[in-house]
Amino acid sequence: MRGFLRERWDLVALGVLALAPLVVPALGGALGGQVTTLFIYCILALGLNVMVGYTGLVHLGIAAFFGIGAYLMAILTVPMYPFQLGWLPAAVISVLAAAGIGLALGAPTLRLRGDYLAIVTLGFGEVVKVTLRNLEQITGGMKGLNPVPPPGAGVKLGTLDLGLAFAIDPRWFYYLALAALAGVVVAMRRLEHSRLGRAWVAVREDELAASSMGISATRVKLSAFAMSSAVAALAGCLYAGSLSTTADPNAYDFNRSIMVLCAVILGGLGSIPGTLLGVAILVGFDTVLAPWADSWIQQMNINPSGSSLLSFSGWRLAIFGAALVLVMRYRPEGLVPSRRLAAELHEVHP
Amino acid sequence: MQFFLQQCLIGLTNGALIALVALGYTMVYGIIGLINFAHGDLIMLGACLALSLVAVLGLGVADVGGMAAVGPAGTWLGIALLVGLCGLFCGGLNVAVDRLVYKPLRAAPKLAPLVSAIGVSFIFMNVGLFWLGPADRSFPELLPAANLLPDDGLQFTWKDLLVLVVVVPLMAALSLFVRSTRLGKAMRAVSQDPTAAALVGIDVDRVIAATFFIGGFLGGAASVIYGLYINTIGFQMGFQNGLYAFTAAVLGGIGSIPGAVVGGLVIGLMRSLSSAYVGERWTGAIVFAILIVILVFRPEGLLGRRTKEKV
Repeated sequence: MRGFLRERWDLVALGVLALAPLVVPALGGALGGQVTTLFIYCILALGLNVMVGYTGLVHLGIAAFFGIGAYLMAILTVPMYPFQLGWLPAAVISVLAAAGIGLALGAPTLRLRGDYLAIVTLGFGEVVKVTLRNLEQITGGMKGLNPVPPPGAGVKLGTLDLGLAFAIDPRWFYYLALAALAGVVVAMRRLEHSRLGRAWVAVREDELAASSMGISATRVKLSAFAMSSAVAALAGCLYAGSLSTTADPNAYDFNRSIMVLCAVILGGLGSIPGTLLGVAILVGFDTVLAPWADSWIQQMNINPSGSSLLSFSGWRLAIFGAALVLVMRYRPEGLVPSRRLAAELHEVHP
Repeated sequence: MQFFLQQCLIGLTNGALIALVALGYTMVYGIIGLINFAHGDLIMLGACLALSLVAVLGLGVADVGGMAAVGPAGTWLGIALLVGLCGLFCGGLNVAVDRLVYKPLRAAPKLAPLVSAIGVSFIFMNVGLFWLGPADRSFPELLPAANLLPDDGLQFTWKDLLVLVVVVPLMAALSLFVRSTRLGKAMRAVSQDPTAAALVGIDVDRVIAATFFIGGFLGGAASVIYGLYINTIGFQMGFQNGLYAFTAAVLGGIGSIPGAVVGGLVIGLMRSLSSAYVGERWTGAIVFAILIVILVFRPEGLLGRRTKEKV
């Protein structure tokens, strides 16, 4: 049984998550929305993992592509604009466009050294955020764009109005996000062992050796850039769809990028289960543990004066930071490291 | 024209402040290759201490004609004391963090200390949150707003002078220190090749600690000036300021001390000119867009050495 769990954790997790809404009624309410967001962040993190994990390029602006996906989705679907496409074609266009933008950013900058590339991606993230905030005629400024129609709006399956179903019951979106996540996980696995995926790892390990084996490092890096951007944009499309708004531009700022990066590194670079676990821990901490601990403190009447020193969420940043520091100190390869990286880090030197 | 000159003056003064922070990034990067994400928040803590010290020392209470009750000499002495104390505090804290957090990770993969630095930055922010509270706090005006230039068109106040009076000597001292002391020489050696430096008998750990101390000290000095010059501090100020300073360090060529100064001045100028001519709210986008363009054409930064990626 344990062996089965270890080998096929993915099927077990998928089965549990797929059945959960039928058993747990709370998933039809606000909790369902939260878990959907968790799935979306998992997709975003898997996208970032292509660049940081597989290819070894530090990317500090993944949230920008998340935002590009969300805003393109909104522009293509909201009533304010003439396009008003359905959710699916809009998602396809947004993802392709984001990949194009990724290529356009990557092409001139990929020859930069690692840390310089990091600052370029960081700068790009800031540029996108500021632009989203200031181009009010196009992006709605701080209000964002809404309403993004639910997927399947206007589509009728027999007596079921799909759009209405999505709008009323969060479980529909839960399943959509879960399906998208499962699809991305499968795609990432296939990619990991494909020619391209092995080329990514080869470039990460030793660019010089890889190029002398006939791998074009630039093209490989560019493809990683495009893939990261595309997957992040897919997450953005789902995000805008699930909230039915793009939310304000601050949802796509540097903090978001850093959170996702931390999730990937915490879980284990280049490791799919690690990335998922990292996101689950970080998002779970913020949306589940912190509110729960706060209400527990309130119930126990430990903190009658309401001082932030005695509330759990007052310590949120410090706990989060200390966790990052401790994990890096004692498990720098992450919680569920990829086999290759773990072997490398624990190499026995003669 | 006058408007343009005025904006340049503001930009250069701001740039000097940015450069002081950028030095902290660039020195640490030059020695151990770490992007010290916590540096901005270290400076935020310095500003917290400065604010508390202003109250303790009784500076800025009972303003009479802009000068504090302690009189002009007292005020300047107080500011010097603030700079010294906050510098020591930030320098000491920086060394302590290096000992506890980064030192055990010297052999770890490069991303590990980076993530730790992000973690430290969150911890600092939380401390700042407890220290200052969630809202921005105003930092008392200690210096009169009188214009020092005879020409009415250009403004150059005591505050602007303060920035130069603190920043220029500190930078001169730093470059003298790095160029012509034993420890400075050791620093340059370690930044070139830590292994070789250790082989010739340099105590690498001590040099790294010294680097963290100096970077932190400059940051502490910058925090006091920031408070006195910008007059608003808050627990989230570290991020934005750190970002500009880090950008300045990269722009100048990270690891290069003169580069950080040049980068800081350039970023300061770009900021004030784009705020004046395009609009404040676009400043962030313009600064980073120009940065990306510069890096595309000069990937090693303005004054950086051309280096190959290490294999």
